[in-house]
Amino acid sequence: MDLNYSAEHAIFQDEVRTFIQENLPRDLGEKRRRGLKIEKDDVYRWHRTLFEKGWIAPNWPIEFGGCAWDPVRRYIFDEELASAHCPPLSPFGLAMVGPVIYTFGNDEQKKRYLPKILSGEEFWCQGYSEPGAGSDLASLQTKAERIGDHYKVNGQKTWTSYAQWADQIFCLVRTSSNGKLQEGISFLLIDMQSPGVEVNPIVTMDGGTEVNNTYFDNVKVPIENLVGEENKGWTYAKFLLGNERSSIAQVGHSKAQLRRLKDMAKEEKLGGQPIFEDPDFRKSIAELEIKLKSLEFTELRFLMADTQGEGPGAEVSMLKIRGTEIQQELTELSMKVVGIYAHPYVPESLDYGWNEDPVGPELAAGLSPQYFNVRKTSIYGGSNEIQKNIMAKMVLGL
Amino acid sequence: MDFSLTEEQQLLKDSVDRFVRENYEFEDRRKLAGSGDGYSVDNWMQMAELGWLAVALPEEYGGIGGGATETMVIMEGFGRGLVLEPFFATVVLGANLILQAGSDAQKEDLLPKLAEGNLKLCFAYAERQARFDLNDVETMAEKSGDGFTINGAKGVVFGAAAADKIVVAARTSGDTRDTNGITLFLMDSDAAGVTRRDYVTNDALRASEITFENVSVGPNAVLGDVDGGYSVVERVAEFAIAALCAEAVGCMDVLKEETNEYIKTREQFGQPIGKFQVLQHRMVDILINCEEARSMAYVATAMMDSDDAEERARSVAAAKAQIGKSARFVGQNSIQMHGGMGMTDELKVGHYFKRLTMIDLTFGDRDHHTKRFATMT
Repeated sequence: MDLNYSAEHAIFQDEVRTFIQENLPRDLGEKRRRGLKIEKDDVYRWHRTLFEKGWIAPNWPIEFGGCAWDPVRRYIFDEELASAHCPPLSPFGLAMVGPVIYTFGNDEQKKRYLPKILSGEEFWCQGYSEPGAGSDLASLQTKAERIGDHYKVNGQKTWTSYAQWADQIFCLVRTSSNGKLQEGISFLLIDMQSPGVEVNPIVTMDGGTEVNNTYFDNVKVPIENLVGEENKGWTYAKFLLGNERSSIAQVGHSKAQLRRLKDMAKEEKLGGQPIFEDPDFRKSIAELEIKLKSLEFTELRFLMADTQGEGPGAEVSMLKIRGTEIQQELTELSMKVVGIYAHPYVPESLDYGWNEDPVGPELAAGLSPQYFNVRKTSIYGGSNEIQKNIMAKMVLGL
Repeated sequence: MDFSLTEEQQLLKDSVDRFVRENYEFEDRRKLAGSGDGYSVDNWMQMAELGWLAVALPEEYGGIGGGATETMVIMEGFGRGLVLEPFFATVVLGANLILQAGSDAQKEDLLPKLAEGNLKLCFAYAERQARFDLNDVETMAEKSGDGFTINGAKGVVFGAAAADKIVVAARTSGDTRDTNGITLFLMDSDAAGVTRRDYVTNDALRASEITFENVSVGPNAVLGDVDGGYSVVERVAEFAIAALCAEAVGCMDVLKEETNEYIKTREQFGQPIGKFQVLQHRMVDILINCEEARSMAYVATAMMDSDDAEERARSVAAAKAQIGKSARFVGQNSIQMHGGMGMTDELKVGHYFKRLTMIDLTFGDRDHHTKRFATMT
């Protein structure tokens, strides 16, 4: 038993830390720290910086342009990025479709798509959920009909995050209605510029517009865009979801948020003293920090098991459950720190370069919208209820 | 013991429900929330005609002689509709401040106008460092001639942009957190030296930051006793909390109904999701939370006329703490059970969730009142 990093890992940590210090543009760090609006170009700039350093794909095999780091390095890397308030990278290419393509795709597809995912030249989005297929993903209806050398795609995807930025979308489509629902699904790559693709934003309750409805009206998709075998898409979809569930834990980001929460609690007053000195508030923060530490070491245990060849099992669902609960509790507590200043809605103050005085505490404007926004985390990527169903069935055999 | 409404109160409830049905279709509300003033002057005048603005005023000032129960009935109905008019600022806070602290002359001058819909008020009490402590007042009022000069800043003043007059809590003696030495002043919204920064709130209401820079007021501006304002503020805060509890109960009932309907109709895995036991149990917990909240809202309202100040304060603290707890559970789980749809601006539920979240953070959150209650046990 040893909780410390090896010498080699400690050196790596220093290297990452130094690199970020020297290369993270100041405005990007500032935006993330203050919870300001992040634009596509911000994500792209940071993506390019990491790409040029050769650090854009920590988990990809070297032959496809990745780093093939061991899990501890990957963990250190994520943690350092989050703690320095680096903008989040778009996960749809790097963490989701990339691994599907290099695992199940053909050589042509690897050559066509992987380099542009790595370079950031192409942004991706995810076409999974539909209005009638949320938790019950396998009931999806978007239809792809094979006609000669292409598929004709018709249907609607929903909750497509950042579809407005995307050049490509990976979609689960129905290619057969025979047999079990899961057995008629295929995994299709679609150019967002194709005629018949339309993206409409969905306004969320925090005022944000990061999710969309994406419509397909007789969209022609060449058959070479099919990944793997027709009607085997469910296998690839599950492979992808397994990766998504573990990355959704967001330990590094939550640790950064926790530090920010403590800093705010030292500024704001309760009973004439900093709220951080209030025993009840301290206890709330402490409980959350313990929960986060438990998650962190649970994730590390799973990662270490992974290095020893035991692939991630259904247990990763628990990382998603606890990780999202922590994100929600953190934003709730942060909102409560500012008390009455949770009320004002001043979205313009979340634009970088807005230089009027804040209404109340400096960081207050983003806090309530963030609390409202992260309610989504226990819903997306398979709701937490679904994660518990998976664990009950797959881990406990119930 | 009796928890029923009188015949008159039932008629009032019917009339409020009808008003909400006719004027607060959700899409109409959305338009109103996005309009310049954020509320409708027509609605306001209708409320005046129906006697609601004078609901808790004695008849001599144009009122209908009602009290806390009538206010509760109106606020619960407004909670169901997420009503935007500045009723809370003008009637629950403003009218009560005048009624509790005003001289006969002030009452005769102001209350009839307020009842007719021709005078709107707001109450500038909160300050950033004070958090939820009503006694924590830094804004200073210094004697000058026979009047006062006021300097300081107040935060999150609800309904200030709409208000004709402001009631300000300022310190005339003592230290920042002393209960003694707070005085209430009444002044015109556009008095020289008063600067407002208006904004929309997260639940689509309107509020403002207000700064007072060498604002001169005469002796007639004092509302109640010099240095003796705190007891009035405390009393009015109790009315405010009882009213907010009632509003929250209205909000929670809508979430309960909407969510119950949704899980009965939304199908996944070949059946309505309400057939899944985990959601059934959660729905039952929502129902229980709604009932607990309603019970405590009644307790707070029924205690408003009690002369037992200590028991009244305990009841109000308990009610606000329970409302905060219930509102959080009902709000969060209504969103969760609606899935992605619950996250949208399009559906009602997010708007009710946001209002409930903000009610908890008005006049002291659950933590604040649990702590208060603990000191009074």
